[in-house]
Amino acid sequence: MKSFTILKSIVAPLVEDDINTDQIIPSEYLKDIHADLKFGLFAYQRRDPNGISQKSFVLEKEEFLNANILLTGKNFGCGSSREHAVWALQEFGFQCIIAKSFSELFKNNCLKNGILTIELQEDIFIELEREITGNFEVKYLTVDLPKQALFNDEGTVICNFNIDLNTKLILMEGIDEIDMTLKEIDSVSLWESKNDFNMLLQKPIAKFSN
Amino acid sequence: MTIPKTLFQKLWDLHSVGKRKDGKEIIYIDRHVIHELHVPHAFARLKKSNRAIRRKDLTVIVQDHTVPTILGVELISDHIRITRLFAEKYNLKLIDVNSKDHGIVHIVSSEQGYALPGFTLACPDSHASTVGALGCLAFACGTSELEHVLATQTIVLDKPKQMKVNFVGELNKGVTAKDLALYLISKHGVAKGDGYVVEFCGEIIDSMKVEERMTLCNMSIEWGCKSSLIAPDDKVLYWIKDNLEIFNDDEKLKLASWWDTLRSDENAIYDQEIEINCSKISPQITWGTDPSQTINIDDVVPYNSDKNILGYSKNLKSLEYMGIQEGKSLLNLKVDFVFIGSCSNSRLNDLRDAAKIIQGKTISKHVKAIVVPGSTQIKQQAEKEGIDQIFLKAGFEWRNPGCSMCAGANGDVGNVGERIISTSNRNFENRQGRGVRTHLTSPVAAAAIALSGYICDVREFI
Repeated sequence: MKSFTILKSIVAPLVEDDINTDQIIPSEYLKDIHADLKFGLFAYQRRDPNGISQKSFVLEKEEFLNANILLTGKNFGCGSSREHAVWALQEFGFQCIIAKSFSELFKNNCLKNGILTIELQEDIFIELEREITGNFEVKYLTVDLPKQALFNDEGTVICNFNIDLNTKLILMEGIDEIDMTLKEIDSVSLWESKNDFNMLLQKPIAKFSN
Repeated sequence: MTIPKTLFQKLWDLHSVGKRKDGKEIIYIDRHVIHELHVPHAFARLKKSNRAIRRKDLTVIVQDHTVPTILGVELISDHIRITRLFAEKYNLKLIDVNSKDHGIVHIVSSEQGYALPGFTLACPDSHASTVGALGCLAFACGTSELEHVLATQTIVLDKPKQMKVNFVGELNKGVTAKDLALYLISKHGVAKGDGYVVEFCGEIIDSMKVEERMTLCNMSIEWGCKSSLIAPDDKVLYWIKDNLEIFNDDEKLKLASWWDTLRSDENAIYDQEIEINCSKISPQITWGTDPSQTINIDDVVPYNSDKNILGYSKNLKSLEYMGIQEGKSLLNLKVDFVFIGSCSNSRLNDLRDAAKIIQGKTISKHVKAIVVPGSTQIKQQAEKEGIDQIFLKAGFEWRNPGCSMCAGANGDVGNVGERIISTSNRNFENRQGRGVRTHLTSPVAAAAIALSGYICDVREFI
């Protein structure tokens, strides 16, 4: 997994609450395993039924085409467990999502793909939103994960953010979570053979043996 | 003195393998039930990383999301095709389209004994906790997590918080488990359960059928819950009694005495408790584009100016999308389509109850209506009882099992602007087709509306 340390980018503001995974990637784009997920990202908001670009939607605006940071509202990514939502955001270029809050399932899926999710308290969020969308000019934001801070164009700290130490480590070192668990696989084996009862719980359900 | 434990805590402790280096807890997964939508990506990655599947014997794949439901149609999606290839390559049990055990993954799990009381189950679908109704602790996962379960037979989590939801009072006429779920979400919002495993209890739960409990547990992700559980009782033990073939008599006895202990101890502490007085609840219907935007069928759509209403800021957008007005009743709105199906409401009791409403009647001429049973077993039993004939005579289509219009991933979708009454669990914008307007209800309410052709109160049909 790619590691995440410092990211400097313009920010695409899509500040709405409860944006769900069906909005992020409509199921039409799940049917085809070779579907262009970047094209499918927010497909119905970016294009009308005739395929005409909706320039009023933030991701169809020229200035945000290269945005690597998304700014959004409460409960972002609610709905289904489809990881395609994360992949679609990633393929568009997003490496960091800043929100008032996230759906837990979505947040986990982000972490497993190396995307940094930052949750900010309402008052701090509003301050950041003002900084980003104020004065109608595109501004760069620097996300510094080691320092847990967001910097503006002038290099001044806008705010700090909280992140669980281990999540920070996983992202910074690009650690694969499966490898991390596989290091502890002996304790899994121990559990499996601990006693008759644990073995009973693992009674094979499938006709095939290993 | 031992500390009183919740049911969740008991199952968590039993399945805890230990802590990982990052402080998270490693939880053993007894059963891993996969569906085809995630297979191509997850298995391609597994192959690429050259990792082995730890417990093939605890893994099952079900084809459901992209399965065609129209009788006689044999269209095979890429997902189905690739899933077959991987199942063969890795020598995994596959419940394929047209097999006698086929159906929606959560329903299959509850029918085939994959989900059992006290066992843990992982499934790459947000409605995994449907089987919480059997006292099975189920975790929904994404594609990466699925790969993690394949490689390690565990999931790794921070311990969730615990919530108890107590349903008291009495159920009014026409009110079902679906109505309770929608009411709960409308009162507490779509994110109330975030980070929680919820236990449903109370006299209403005790009196519910196992299938109704599944509907309630199915909807728990719609208010953000990590999972949901109901303590198994005699009804649950009766439900699973024929699904224990893999165990010998000795093992069955062992399990039975364990199952007897699977309830929260008196005085066990939850992080949060909610009480729902069911006597206050009428049949529910969603008016907006998330399940919290729900009203009693005899109420009006909330005024947008009322800032006390949860999520009021989204309301304007939802009203516009749904083509309805604040302060107005939904009654008498013309309906184009009725869908009875999904892991939320496609079980035998759902079909039986809906059939009672429509028996001897015909649906409105301008309505297209379909029934998609949750599994082949349900379909066949319903046919034995003549339920298919009741639906067919009324003008419904009687389909093959699958996820169908719930997710629309098999191409079962509506047309732009159509108003659909759906017994599924999500009324998101464009979920059932681009520009489609979805109202969620119970199966009995959906049946009544199919007859009328307009949104109506199911109580007039009972």
